[in-house]
Amino acid sequence: MARNASAQRTAGQEWLRLWFDERSRGLIYQLLVILGLALVVAFIVSNTIANLQRAGLASGFGFLFDQAFFDINQKLIEYSSTSTFGRALIVGMLNTVLVSAMGIVLATAIGFFAGILRLSPNFLLSRMVGAWVEITRNVPVLLQIIFWWVLLTGLPKVRESLSIGDSIFLSNRGVRLPAPLLEPGFEWVFVAFLCGAVAAILVSHWSKRRQNVSGERFPVFWAGLALIVGLPALVYWFAGAPLAWDVPKATRFNFRGGFNVTPELLALWIALSTYTGAFISEIVRAGILSVGKGQTEAAGSLGLRPGQTMRLIVIPQALRVIIPPLTSQYLNLTKNSSLAIAIGHQELVSIGGTILNQSGQALEVVGIWMVFYLGLSLLTSMYMNWYNRRIALVER
Amino acid sequence: MNSFLKTAVAGAAALLVAGAAHAATLDDIKKAGVLKCGINTGLPGFAYTDDKGKWTGFDVAYCRALAAAVFGDPDKVKYVNLTGKNRFPALAAGEIDVLSRNTTWTFSRDVDLGFTFIGVSYYDGQGFIGRKALGVKSAKELDGASVCIQTGTTTELNLADFFRVNKIKYEPVPIETNEEARKAYVAERCDVYTTDASGLAATKTTFKDPDAHMVFPEIISKEPLGPLVRQGDDQWADIARWTLNVLINAEEYGVTSANVDKLAAKAIDNPEINRMLGTEGSLGAMLGLRKTWAVDVLKAEGNYAEIYERYLGTKTPLGLARGLNALYTNGGILYAPPMR
Ligand SMILES: N[C@@H](CCC(=O)N[C@@H](CS)C(=O)NCC(=O)O)C(=O)O
Repeated sequence: MARNASAQRTAGQEWLRLWFDERSRGLIYQLLVILGLALVVAFIVSNTIANLQRAGLASGFGFLFDQAFFDINQKLIEYSSTSTFGRALIVGMLNTVLVSAMGIVLATAIGFFAGILRLSPNFLLSRMVGAWVEITRNVPVLLQIIFWWVLLTGLPKVRESLSIGDSIFLSNRGVRLPAPLLEPGFEWVFVAFLCGAVAAILVSHWSKRRQNVSGERFPVFWAGLALIVGLPALVYWFAGAPLAWDVPKATRFNFRGGFNVTPELLALWIALSTYTGAFISEIVRAGILSVGKGQTEAAGSLGLRPGQTMRLIVIPQALRVIIPPLTSQYLNLTKNSSLAIAIGHQELVSIGGTILNQSGQALEVVGIWMVFYLGLSLLTSMYMNWYNRRIALVER
Repeated sequence: MNSFLKTAVAGAAALLVAGAAHAATLDDIKKAGVLKCGINTGLPGFAYTDDKGKWTGFDVAYCRALAAAVFGDPDKVKYVNLTGKNRFPALAAGEIDVLSRNTTWTFSRDVDLGFTFIGVSYYDGQGFIGRKALGVKSAKELDGASVCIQTGTTTELNLADFFRVNKIKYEPVPIETNEEARKAYVAERCDVYTTDASGLAATKTTFKDPDAHMVFPEIISKEPLGPLVRQGDDQWADIARWTLNVLINAEEYGVTSANVDKLAAKAIDNPEINRMLGTEGSLGAMLGLRKTWAVDVLKAEGNYAEIYERYLGTKTPLGLARGLNALYTNGGILYAPPMR
């Protein structure tokens, strides 16, 4: 009995103690606030859903299985006006991913290139790059997209296309390229490429280990090139060149055959890449400057050439500073790709807008937009965070 | 982004008004003191700015007539410019009270999107325009062509149907507004531009060399264009519907902006006119409006014929003959129910 009472007292005291302890009291407050917030959100959501259903404004995602009836000009998967709204949305998502991925690759290349050039000892060069960066960063990207589109649609008319070797045609309808037609036997070239790539990785590991042990160096670059490019080329030749080209031919209106990159996609790609590239170049510059001068000097006195110093000493250390802000640039680029709507490139927002208009499912479509962009951004961040951890300085 | 944002905002606004969908639109309009009328972003003849920067045109005239019905003052209108894509979210969300933007009356818009079309103000159909130099005589010869279209329109859907049925291929070049589509067509980004035939006539007037272009003879669809309101407020739909009917009936009865004051002064020996102009009966009160509402409607821009001839008719740059849009008594199909 007495034991019990004292146990009760201690439980009561325990609560009091929790209350008077600043840390745990803060925690309690936060829990209460979160609980309150969750209640409010739940109330708003359920209320809205009820109202929307009464007004017939939200009727769920069944419309995704309805026939779309409209066409899309750039598509990575089979799609026609008899496909469903859902499929149209997937076409849009793939187009968004495509232009974002293309943009990220080119923007990174431009950014690193310009960032390094900006630090060049050549005064004129570094100033010119600096001026380019300032202009590109400070003009709204929407204007730049329109600028490139106007420029590209100002190319010669389709019947007066500029041609390169009579197989690539440049006009205000875009760039027409020959399309590769794979013939039986080409799969071996593919296999050879995969084997070559794996072998190249193994060789580079092996040579690193050997160099660590014996100090002997191995021409990894040339060996890798031979394996990745030479081997498939050899197989291609032995298999009897199993590749034909579908070369565009002029018809009454357009070219037929090959594949077309529209001026809308090109304009978007160039504008997003240069705009984001300019920001990335500043990040790269800052990253490189963050690596102490002593590192470069030490590398020099060890006999490394400037290129090697950059590649082996400076960049790996600079990357730690570069990666986090680089991630947010990638995210910006992805989100900015929705500006495509201004020039009629059909990606997720543009196609979603059409679906919204034809089906009236405003909330559902807006919801899909939000979830998709959130998902894409989270994936990008997750990958970049993983990469960031991998390259983090490991203290030995 | 802009239009993305707009749609998103409209979506969010739809959330907010969802609870209040059944509110009396007429009361809201009176409280606001203006009629919010959705028109297009610019199309000669239908909605364009005059040299003083004021919106005018065939679709705008309807907004003004409706404002006159409500307020007795055709100037109490706030115009909201909308693209083919964002017009429906704008109406659904209550950003506008009525949409008067060459919009085709279709089953799914009427039934599924939750709108009420209040009538047809212009019977149209979809056509194509192309350069004469192309040597194309018919749209069926367009295999492989690039076609400019406005997204979010019926024309986008008809186009897909047309090419599918005729088993020919094309490259769609989707564009947001008529002005951008015009630019793309002029720059030869596309071989042909397709939209409502009236829109083609309107767009053609803006070309530097209109004679170098031709509208193909085929009409590939029915496009009955007319104003629409949100479903669920029958009183407001009635006001919108009978404003249009007054314009059409007035032409039939010979009531014009010039003689309406005289005819409305006292009852004459034409009961139909008397009921319309309020000198007999109480049609205005039935709508919840003034006795003289129809007089104000007609004083805004005149009757249907006056409006048509002013903005679209053969004496305008558009030069559109009345055709189907003539009164049923003159060989057309324009026919309004009686004022009784
Ligand atoms: N009637 C069709 C097409 C309406 C439409 O968008 N027409 C064009 C050209 S006729 C227009 O008004 N454009 C003006 C603008 O872009 O704002 C529909 O309702 O979907």
